[in-house]
Amino acid sequence: MVMSQTKSSLGHAQPVGIESAVSVRNVSKNYDKVEALKDLSLEFPRGELTSLLGPSGCGKTTLLKIIAGLLEPTSGEIEVNGVKVTGPGPDRAFVFQDFALLPWANVIRNVSFGLELRGVAKSEREDIAEKYIRNVGLAGFEKSYPHELSGGMRQRVGLARALSVDAQVLLLDEPFSAVDEQTRRKFQEDLLALVQNENKTFIFVTHSIEEAVYVSDQIAILLPRPSRVSEIIRPSSFRGKGVDNIRRDPEYLDIVDEIWASLRSYVE
Amino acid sequence: MTLFGYKLPGMSSLLLWGLLWEIIGQTGYTFFVPPLSEVFATLFEIIGTPAFLKAMSETAYAFFAGVFFAITIGIPTGIMMGKNRLLDELLLPWVNIFLSAPLTALVPVLMVLFGFGMKSIIITTTLFAIWIIILNARAGVMQINRSLIEMGRSFGATPLDAFYKIYFWAALPEILGGVRIGIIRAVKGVIIGQLLISIVGFGALFELYSSNFLMSHFWAVLIVLFAMAFTISELLAYLERRVSYYAAKR
Repeated sequence: MVMSQTKSSLGHAQPVGIESAVSVRNVSKNYDKVEALKDLSLEFPRGELTSLLGPSGCGKTTLLKIIAGLLEPTSGEIEVNGVKVTGPGPDRAFVFQDFALLPWANVIRNVSFGLELRGVAKSEREDIAEKYIRNVGLAGFEKSYPHELSGGMRQRVGLARALSVDAQVLLLDEPFSAVDEQTRRKFQEDLLALVQNENKTFIFVTHSIEEAVYVSDQIAILLPRPSRVSEIIRPSSFRGKGVDNIRRDPEYLDIVDEIWASLRSYVE
Repeated sequence: MTLFGYKLPGMSSLLLWGLLWEIIGQTGYTFFVPPLSEVFATLFEIIGTPAFLKAMSETAYAFFAGVFFAITIGIPTGIMMGKNRLLDELLLPWVNIFLSAPLTALVPVLMVLFGFGMKSIIITTTLFAIWIIILNARAGVMQINRSLIEMGRSFGATPLDAFYKIYFWAALPEILGGVRIGIIRAVKGVIIGQLLISIVGFGALFELYSSNFLMSHFWAVLIVLFAMAFTISELLAYLERRVSYYAAKR
């Protein structure tokens, strides 16, 4: 689906025929004298999942936080749906690596907290929260507290909170890195379903090559010091073949190998 | 603690010390230590008298007013110091100085500034309690998880929302700990104030009883005071336990 009310940013480097939800233009970020990001430009197609992948210290989380409006770029600009980003906004929602739940609040309050901050009435926001708690598979845990949940369940709460504010762009900062391997696989499958059903734009930071290739429509490889986009990969053939077949698809395996080959020299 | 397989209730060591007190008192070793039973007899004798009730209400008034100001000024100040670098640099040296300063020495200055009445006693009480409350609130805010702050920002929390929906609760375990210690210090402050500034309340009773060598009266008032301070402190310790389920997992 193409949203009609948004200005498309055609004319920038991007795959033909796909409109950008988020555009990053010539963004640099310096910490004192250290260049974290240098003149980085990237387009995020609407309704797709784009991964930011790179070795640690390549500035992928910095870029995500700049898109979120949590950090200011030193130069350059971000546009979300054609509007310049000046700070956090209701068009973007963030999923945190360490979940960032309120430990004194139960699941339903945590999930509805974004709506609470926006001044939505209690009964209305709890109705919405309940719907997303069911969606992420936590029905029955509405009254539980975060310390009573496993890591995977806590991240489901974080995901439900981000979904319930109905932002067009979801920013995920290594969301599955703090959960165990099996939970992580389940999450990846659920994420694919989510991208299909929710019609939102996902920006996904990860350091796992397999994870990036598995879930992404587009993978941006970032190389460090200073960080820049070295390559954009768009897997094409295995996306429609079902979650069970992706990991043995030849293209999947080739892309994983190819990415490792280009990253290998940057990993000490 | 268990003894011979029986689980002893909390504070049972007090019984042992009470017994020791009684024995020393009964031997008549020194008139400073009358038997504990005599102290309790005196306690029940004086506890309903108008003089005692007046002293208690005066002390309670000064105590609660002093604690009220210490909490309502101390917690926001501490939270703001934890959030604002400039304010922190400005105030932290003073807070540390006053925390360790012998405040009793300041009381005469307060008398000059604020007179000999209740006002000076309340201010003395506040000064005894407030510094540790500020420091704990500050420490509580400074340990708040960075991503919790970013979470508030990214979901559009106003500064006021962030303050009372996130920062206050995230710092609450430390804040309660500070209030509990502050209140114990306030008990000291109110008695010192009543002894040095104007002879009212329990301070007046201490003065009266000790100068007349009414030692069982003296101890009786002290026990009442200890019981009050202990009760309030236990109440706050209970509140601390109520929030401890998340204190370790923030």
